Amino acid sequence: MFVRSPHAHARIRKVDLAKAAKAPGVLAVYTGEDIAKAGINGLPCGWLITDVNGQPMKEPPYPVLAQGKARYVGDRVAVVIAETYNQAKDAAERVEVDYEVLPAVVDAAAARKQGAPAIHDIAPDNTCYVWALGDKAKVDDAFKAAAHVTKLEFVNNRLIPNAIEPRSAIGAYSRADDNYTLYVTSQNPHVERLLMTAFVLGLPEHKVRVVAPDVGGGFGSKIYLYGEDVVVTWASRQVNRPIKWTAERVESFMSDAHGRDHVTTAELALDKDGKFLAMRVHTAANLGAYLSTFASCIPTILYATLLAGQYTTPQIYCEVTAVFTNTAPVDAYRGAGRPEATYVVERLVETAAREMKIDPAEIRRRNFIKSFPYQTPVALMYDTGDYQATLDAALKLGDVAGFAKRKEEAAKRGRLRGLGYSCYIEACGIAPSNVAGALGARAGLFEAGEVRVHPTGKVTVFTGSHSHGQGHETTFAQVVASRLGIPVEDVDIVHGDTSKILFGMGTYGSRSLAVGGTAIVKAVDKVIAKGRKIAAHLMEAAEADVEFAEGVFKVSGTDKQVPFAQVALTAYVPHNYPLDKLEPGLNENAFYDPTNFTFPAGSYVCEVEVDPETGRTTIESFVAVDDFGKVINPMIVAGQVHGGLTQGIGQALLEGCRYDPETGQLVTGTMSDYCLPRAGDVPSFRLDTRETPCTHNPLGVKGCGEAGAIGAPAALINAITDAIGVREVPMPATAETVWRALASQKAA
Amino acid sequence: MYAFDYQKAKSVADAAAALAKNPDAKALAGGQSLIAAMKLRLAAPQALVDLGSIAELRGIKADGKHLVIGAMTRHSEVVFSGDVKKAIPALAHLAGEIGDRMVRNMGTLGGSIAHNDPAADYPAAVLGLGATVETNKRKVAADDFFKGIYETALEPGELVTSVSFPIPKRAGYVKFKQPASRFALVGVFVAETGSGVRVAVTGASPCVFRVPEMEKALASKFAPESVANIKLPAKGLNSDIHASPEYRAHLVTVMAKRAVQAALG
Ligand SMILES: Cc1cc2nc3c(=O)[nH]c(=O)nc-3n(C[C@H](O)[C@H](O)[C@H](O)COP(=O)(O)OP(=O)(O)OC[C@H]3O[C@@H](n4cnc5c(N)ncnc54)[C@H](O)[C@@H]3O)c2cc1C
Repeated sequence: MFVRSPHAHARIRKVDLAKAAKAPGVLAVYTGEDIAKAGINGLPCGWLITDVNGQPMKEPPYPVLAQGKARYVGDRVAVVIAETYNQAKDAAERVEVDYEVLPAVVDAAAARKQGAPAIHDIAPDNTCYVWALGDKAKVDDAFKAAAHVTKLEFVNNRLIPNAIEPRSAIGAYSRADDNYTLYVTSQNPHVERLLMTAFVLGLPEHKVRVVAPDVGGGFGSKIYLYGEDVVVTWASRQVNRPIKWTAERVESFMSDAHGRDHVTTAELALDKDGKFLAMRVHTAANLGAYLSTFASCIPTILYATLLAGQYTTPQIYCEVTAVFTNTAPVDAYRGAGRPEATYVVERLVETAAREMKIDPAEIRRRNFIKSFPYQTPVALMYDTGDYQATLDAALKLGDVAGFAKRKEEAAKRGRLRGLGYSCYIEACGIAPSNVAGALGARAGLFEAGEVRVHPTGKVTVFTGSHSHGQGHETTFAQVVASRLGIPVEDVDIVHGDTSKILFGMGTYGSRSLAVGGTAIVKAVDKVIAKGRKIAAHLMEAAEADVEFAEGVFKVSGTDKQVPFAQVALTAYVPHNYPLDKLEPGLNENAFYDPTNFTFPAGSYVCEVEVDPETGRTTIESFVAVDDFGKVINPMIVAGQVHGGLTQGIGQALLEGCRYDPETGQLVTGTMSDYCLPRAGDVPSFRLDTRETPCTHNPLGVKGCGEAGAIGAPAALINAITDAIGVREVPMPATAETVWRALASQKAA
Repeated sequence: MYAFDYQKAKSVADAAAALAKNPDAKALAGGQSLIAAMKLRLAAPQALVDLGSIAELRGIKADGKHLVIGAMTRHSEVVFSGDVKKAIPALAHLAGEIGDRMVRNMGTLGGSIAHNDPAADYPAAVLGLGATVETNKRKVAADDFFKGIYETALEPGELVTSVSFPIPKRAGYVKFKQPASRFALVGVFVAETGSGVRVAVTGASPCVFRVPEMEKALASKFAPESVANIKLPAKGLNSDIHASPEYRAHLVTVMAKRAVQAALG
């Protein structure tokens, strides 16, 4: 049980453990001081961002238990370990912490103001970095020459992830072999182990096993190394017992890494025909109280690079100021930077179209990228796509032609109907390690896979990707089964255990099939290549004459053939085998480092109705036409899109993390105040796909996990602003928000 | 949750005796408010006296003039009761708007009004219909029952046994849900009864209240337009992240209009 700070910002004068230590069932109580004494380091950040002035970002210590100061409501101050959870909880109430409460600051703009409370000594102005991408001078020139400029200011609201399974960790130390095992709800067990052993605990990596079985959802929040994981691992040796911790839901709300939280000013310059000339974006990104594992790259590398969207905008400049505040750390959450970018682009484009009286679909067509590969002004090289095709399909599926009639009919019922588009792009398949490295990544971003063919021809596949609801067990098995020409039942997928899988970078950023799947394909191809040698020997043919198709090795032009299973058996019972040239066995592994990102893209069309009396919005229709490249399993893809869209709709309509600006208390700390979308809040989605296969991976796949969350918010807000005839409605567009926008529009 | 003692009461008298003996004991009905508060360690009764198996507290009776509903009657029983649907359909509709299925299968009328959450639905019906709350000691008119935020006329250890609702000519309830909790951001119950028109509002202020101005206007003409221009002052209404007092005041008018419409069918 963790004792958490009830204050957003407070000096810890003294922690008195005497009463807690004597409480029934208590085995141990530790504070930040004990952690420091044990030589345990703070949690590291995995991505170095360099400031515009050439300096590295400010990296304040992120202790696993607070040392000296608590910096947000929920910050871990002490840990109580007891025989039972309830005993630990009772004892935790007896830990006496003498806090000197300090003024707190929770939003990025306020944190940068002169005189704002300084959260970390090394960043007295609370600024982690100011970072920029693009040619500012050229962008400024383009704006001067523009026929029209559209400018918007908005907040991309902070979200709280809320996976169904809360974070949980069991640390177990074995004296017999001096080994640690950590069972944990992680999306990337190998990365967790590497960070924890090499950077935090200083333990030998081979003495620590991290097991993260089928985890109940993550959405990004379980990518990171958390202090709780470190504490249970370390303390399991101190008390010589396995230690279990599971977050209560209120702890999840306050201590899981949050998402988004940008304040942005965005401008688009256009010529008289609505061609985009340049885009200028200034964003203040709230990082929370500490730098979470990948926090620094989200509002930079994964954000500014996506501002070209699907368009040929020749010049783009983006400046990001990342700020510390007295709030939970902010890191990647489904989409991570790309929803924020899409929101900027698609709100600007739609607003510009309305201001210039150009049909919003038409203005997009005029600016679509049409030839590939395409080098954007913000560092990315799109390999392929057909944006016109997805937009056309979406217009048709959404019966946009019939919209005017539906609007009229709604008006008769006293409802305001609106239509909004969003044509998103994302960069997935993260990432080419050399590119990521040049951009500051402190890790490689390849993936590993191993294909173990058993003597009977059955197959176990080990993947460094991680499944926490994505159904890799199905999709990956399909890929392997169809490549080997064997039944899908003959393939098992194993993931989430550092003792079984050779290495892995885990699952996030819609990378699993594109990167992890490709590593598996490479390993399968090695299996086939070796199998061909064995088959050639069995059939007394030249290797070059042996073909493999549908699970059978054949000598071309003859009826000689051996099935895959027989080759497998021969590999393990090598009686008739070229032992002088070939090792027995049939087990191959492969690492795959992608040569480029993948670029899923699509067009969303949303239709809403607003009740003008209450301001309440209902979604009448939502059409999503996505291009994920090749689709391996349409049902899983549809499921991912449904989930993503629902989270995107949640952000736009219902969800918004709020901290009290004075006290820094988390106001939306339970399900009855933080509104997650429910089934009844979303319509029956209408989905379709178009395929332009990815050009640089063998499966032609791009990734589908985040698209919905990336594209949906702009479509929805575009539809609401259309319905009520205003430029801007903040997210979440609650009934009162929309009612107020309507009232101010009437007043104007 | 802290540890507590548990006792299953056999009768109202049995429960009342147990509660009288131990001032730190609490009655347990559906547990939908109490257990949640205990889990969060916000409530820590030393003992729970479970009313769940007291038969006399359960059931729905209609006699043509009144509908009497036992305190331990679950929300879902009210939703599906033929008697309620026939006598006061607005009440069945209201019960169906409470929480979700699980909550409705556990939560009770007595628990809801004893708890008197400022955003609960039942208080609007009890006050809007001018019902009488019967306890193990006395009868309390609705107008005297709801006292303030989570506060009622109940004395320590006093138990609600049933509520007697006069059957109105017509009634309607419309609720605007707080999107996260689905409690009433604003709910308005309108009834035309033998003794006049009553309008009760829940969710908008710390405690359910009547709107005499609307009642007067509806008494002269029972139609939506009668209340369409009656605006409540925002001052004193609830203010939280889900709605400002101004918006709540506005919603009272809109929901009242719609409740009248609903009552007219
Ligand atoms: C997820 C969720 C959603 C909900 N949504 C709504 C909603 O939309 N609208 C709404 O109105 N309510 C809602 N509720 C509350 C629900 O209706 C509760 O059931 C109700 O408020 C309390 O009734 P209970 O029977 O569960 O009482 P309990 O929780 O058992 O008790 C509540 C309090 O009343 C006292 N008490 C219980 N019975 C008696 C009695 N007979 N005499 C004297 N005191 C008594 C108890 O001692 C306790 O203090 C929701 C609850 C949950 C969990």
